[in-house]
Amino acid sequence: MANEEKDSKISRRKFVKNSGYVAGGVVGGGLLGSLLGVNFKGSEQTSTAPVKEAKFNQALMYFTRQADFKTLGAATERIFPEDDNGPGALALGVPYFIDHQLAGSYGRNDQEYMQGPFHDGTAFQGLQSPLKRHEIFMQGIRALEKESQSDFNDSFTSLEGEQQDKILQKFEDDKVKLKGVKASEFFDLLRSATLAGAYSDPLYGGNEDMAGWKMKEYPGSQMSYINEIEEEDFVEMKPSALHEHL
Amino acid sequence: MANELPKVPVVIVGMGWAGGIIASELTKAGIEVVGLERGKERKTSDYYMVHDELRYALRYEMMKDLSKETLTFRNTEKMRALPMRTYGTFLDGTGVGGAGSHWNGQNYRFLPYDFEIASKTVEKYGKNKIPDGMALQDWGITYDELEPYYDKYEKMAGISGEEVPIYGKRSAPYPTKPMLKTPVLEMFEKATKKLGYNPYMVPSANLSENYTNPDGIARGACQYCAFCERFGCEYGAKADPIVTVLPVAEKTGKLDLRTHANVIEILHDGNKASGVRYVNPVTREEFIQPADVVVLSSYVFNNVKLLLASNLGKAYDSKTGQGVIGKNYAYQITGESSLGFFKDKFNLYAGAGALGMEIPEYTGDNFDHTDLDFIHGAGIRMFQYGNRPISNNFVPDGTATWGKEFKQTSIKYANSWLKVAVQGASMPWRTNYLDLDPTYKDTYGVPLLRMTYDYTEQDHNLTKYMAKQTAPIMEEMGAEIIETTGSLEPLDVAPYINTHNTGGVIMGEDPATSAVNSYLQMWDAENVFVAGASAFPHNSSFNPTGTLGALSYRSAEGIEKYLKNGGSLV
Repeated sequence: MANEEKDSKISRRKFVKNSGYVAGGVVGGGLLGSLLGVNFKGSEQTSTAPVKEAKFNQALMYFTRQADFKTLGAATERIFPEDDNGPGALALGVPYFIDHQLAGSYGRNDQEYMQGPFHDGTAFQGLQSPLKRHEIFMQGIRALEKESQSDFNDSFTSLEGEQQDKILQKFEDDKVKLKGVKASEFFDLLRSATLAGAYSDPLYGGNEDMAGWKMKEYPGSQMSYINEIEEEDFVEMKPSALHEHL
Repeated sequence: MANELPKVPVVIVGMGWAGGIIASELTKAGIEVVGLERGKERKTSDYYMVHDELRYALRYEMMKDLSKETLTFRNTEKMRALPMRTYGTFLDGTGVGGAGSHWNGQNYRFLPYDFEIASKTVEKYGKNKIPDGMALQDWGITYDELEPYYDKYEKMAGISGEEVPIYGKRSAPYPTKPMLKTPVLEMFEKATKKLGYNPYMVPSANLSENYTNPDGIARGACQYCAFCERFGCEYGAKADPIVTVLPVAEKTGKLDLRTHANVIEILHDGNKASGVRYVNPVTREEFIQPADVVVLSSYVFNNVKLLLASNLGKAYDSKTGQGVIGKNYAYQITGESSLGFFKDKFNLYAGAGALGMEIPEYTGDNFDHTDLDFIHGAGIRMFQYGNRPISNNFVPDGTATWGKEFKQTSIKYANSWLKVAVQGASMPWRTNYLDLDPTYKDTYGVPLLRMTYDYTEQDHNLTKYMAKQTAPIMEEMGAEIIETTGSLEPLDVAPYINTHNTGGVIMGEDPATSAVNSYLQMWDAENVFVAGASAFPHNSSFNPTGTLGALSYRSAEGIEKYLKNGGSLV
């Protein structure tokens, strides 16, 4: 069982690598896809890769320009890269997660106090920007591209990973000036949204195949741990998502 | 134009623990009660999709909608207060059950020392032990007087725990046995015992075993599913007003519980209240609900705000120290801890909100303060809440906070870190208080509450002292890497700390220095009762709900007496 899982992970990674830019492609699906035998864009797949089904919710409901979405994807992948543990932000569907979040109440600050007057606060008074999160993301992502053009004379998505890191670091260190919000505040949002996309229930479009949870050996949504709570040894469990509760 | 409704004996503002307990006790006694709750109806069937970290923990599904109302915050009077625009250091509940639905369930009693703290401090250490500016006061009630109400509350909620010899005397054992002692708690137990301490299982409202309470309410045992704080319990194992006191009140047929009823004013003539004005936040319809008795149980912040906005009671003035409404706002001192990273993996995805152990030796005045530059103390404790993956990204200092190294390290330690934490008492200070903001308003046009709060020398000194005690425990537990934090930054309104806000409508013996008597009856308006942790003159190191519950039972008894006889109850 454990071996099988490991094998499918490896082949999946290989597939991710072979298919190039994942967020624009059709990667993922795993078990369900292989059971159903749906062979979407089958010509791209090797015989070792699991067969994928179309994921209709991998489309954009907030971003309008592909270029912005690709910049976002590249930035999230640097924050949460693919490595020996497993997939990175792109293969987990994090950019779609963020896109969908920005289109909803999170992006529109529906539950936040957004009445003026707006003043800069101290470091201890929390975020005081008049901008909503979707406006912060949009401005920040365009600024990533602008910085990339000015520092490396190339698009952010075309840079080497380390060059992308340098740009991101400038944002984290507030060495870039944004309007109505600090670059570091944008970076913090980007970082936290990336982690949320990697580890939230797959229902939101990230954590594809629960692969984020699997890396952390997190069992997801279980109804009870009464049988595990007193165990001395670590108990590995097959993860479960909210989908299974319906 | 507000729609005036028929008069009722009692109207209660807020249907959380305080309001729920009072509603339950009064309706059982045959009294008609109207319960007004600004949020929505809530039942355990609403928790079907509750194991969702993003929706409940990060997007605050159960919390108050800040777009309608928040508070403003500043550390000192010299600063401009600004709105807490997003959550947040503390998380205000809303909806039926209030914060009693999303709490962890850590359920203690305060110490006998707490209730007579000013007298006991002077008696033992002399007057000079209380620094200038510290607004220390006795509570106007003793532990022994409150004990029967603690007992009543604990039996209602089915608190699970074990007796601690150096704490206040109990008239009865805990209604249910302690929670299960997990391997990591055994490590904490072994380490602290070796260091000469007497650790105990934290009293828990998560319910260690099936239990039927004196009201006939039967609830099942905790499943250790790890979704307590910020979540509702789908099993009803965690004590919550919606599975304890409110069904009892509803069964009497005497409770008229109205949701989407946001009270914005207490109507009064300066001596007595005649009722409340409320708005339906959905339809914006306005109502006036006349009543013989008005009970405020709408959380610390809203209790203070309603009194100040309605101009009832004398507002506190920090310049003169006169006035009572808004004074003695206190919090909880939690800046100190030792974080340990281990080689071993533990089953840390499992847990419960009140699954923990603590040592009692540094609480209250249970250790000598003669040569110490602070009073009171802290609980040194370790919990197994159950780690949820979005928030569980602890890495040792010096590790990158994003990128390859971060990912690898945060995954490596996902099930291998433990924390010996400190929860310290918070003493009241003349310059820490609540009043109305001069600039910002809520969606109904009422000024926002303004908080002026910062940590004091007392808090910094307590922090330094307690942090030192945590590291040896973590060493004894065998952590590979230990990081001890021992200093407090100014209070920051952005990252979550806890929702243990207290004070603002404090109890006491003297109308000049307190707002309510020991029945939580207002000195300035005998038919207004203000329930909740707003009544605490200071905050102890123990989570506030147990004491809030006991005081609510006492208040209910007072209201019943008042309805019969009228007048001041003390």
